[in-house]
Amino acid sequence: MSVDGVLSRFSRGERWVHRATGILMGLCLLTAAVLYIGPLSILVGRRPLIRTIHVYAGLALPVPALLGLGSAAFRADLRRLNRFLPSDWAWLRDRQRRSGRIAVGKFNAGQKLNASFIAGAMLVMLGTGLIMRYGAGGPLSLRTGATLVHDWLAYAVAAMVIGHLWFAARDPIARDGMRTGDVPASWALREHGAWARAEAADQPRTVNPRNSAE
Amino acid sequence: MEELGKPIGRRIVLGMLGLGVVGVVTGRDLADLEQRLLAPLQVRDPTGLTQLLPDGGGFRYYSVTSRIPTRTAVTYRLRVGGLVERPETFTLSDLHRLPQTALTRDFQCVTGWRVRNVAWSGVALADLLEQVGVRPGARAVQFTSFDGTYTESLTLEQARRRDVLVATRMLGKPVTREHGGPVRLYVAPMYGYKSLKWLGGIEVTDAVRPGYWEHRGYDVDAWVGRSNGQRDAPTA
Repeated sequence: MSVDGVLSRFSRGERWVHRATGILMGLCLLTAAVLYIGPLSILVGRRPLIRTIHVYAGLALPVPALLGLGSAAFRADLRRLNRFLPSDWAWLRDRQRRSGRIAVGKFNAGQKLNASFIAGAMLVMLGTGLIMRYGAGGPLSLRTGATLVHDWLAYAVAAMVIGHLWFAARDPIARDGMRTGDVPASWALREHGAWARAEAADQPRTVNPRNSAE
Repeated sequence: MEELGKPIGRRIVLGMLGLGVVGVVTGRDLADLEQRLLAPLQVRDPTGLTQLLPDGGGFRYYSVTSRIPTRTAVTYRLRVGGLVERPETFTLSDLHRLPQTALTRDFQCVTGWRVRNVAWSGVALADLLEQVGVRPGARAVQFTSFDGTYTESLTLEQARRRDVLVATRMLGKPVTREHGGPVRLYVAPMYGYKSLKWLGGIEVTDAVRPGYWEHRGYDVDAWVGRSNGQRDAPTA
């Protein structure tokens, strides 16, 4: 198949939400590393300052996504991320899922899992973080529990973020899509076939499928 | 909306929230279990990788100060003064020449974590006080940290217990900087905050002066299991 043109993938608002969330998440993870990993703690010092940055970055972390709820495009993408179609399960099971032979929607199942995990993790980290930071008057056992959950989930979040960066590093076109908002239709057909075809019908001026037969 | 299908994303978010709540509520027991499972690994871990786990090595690094001055075996000094006959400044090798006391006890933090069977050694505080001679009228001992912030206090009676050490070794190695080295206090029967890190000064006084944490609401007599509203098993 060959396709000309570009498809609009992310609105300006969505890209802003992604960038702001990414920066805040980076701040949270870097300061967490300094707070948690003994040798780094000693090397960097300045614990009160690092802790303050960590707390405020964490409190701010959900804000971009909350603001994003004001954008119809962002809400539409949240709905897409939430729903698992039969093709998503098939894609997850397929050993050659990267070949594009299973046409998935705007987000593949891995992206959906990642987004859901990060959304849930943000809420749990926010709750446990609030207990750790402001729960000094509460029962000590709750603080111990909150600390344990916050610790272990932090490692899981770090693993997911590293995975996210890994996939992004391997796909410059996807990165361009997040930077500029547009992706080549050929890339979209390969990576998100079902979405590309639906969009091609909606965005006829930008896409010109010369020979879309597979 | 053209996309239907099951709301798996929402289920993941709600499931994580549920697990989070369970983790917070049962955390104390989970932390204890984690500690018991990991402790044997950490003791035999030559790579130090378990130090990178949450709670790795059992101890959490904690300090409120911005920077901890480095004291090496050469530059370290411990000033002992106040109500004593012979005020004296000890180097690390001075401390090594005094009678040594070794003991192995659990280390319990007031926030819940506990490290089992930690080997400590150094000079029993009682022996050090003997060395400088306590003057009549002395009732308490105050400790200051060379980080410039932390202070702690014990009654003279508590300070003379045989399980209160001016510790120079921990876990079979010199006390690391992270753990309060080269010299820290170790008060076996009390919560961890009494075991002042980066020990720089000892002053014998006529009354207990509440320390850093005690000004922030923690008990002065910090017996494990009998203070701070906690019911942990005693460590000594």
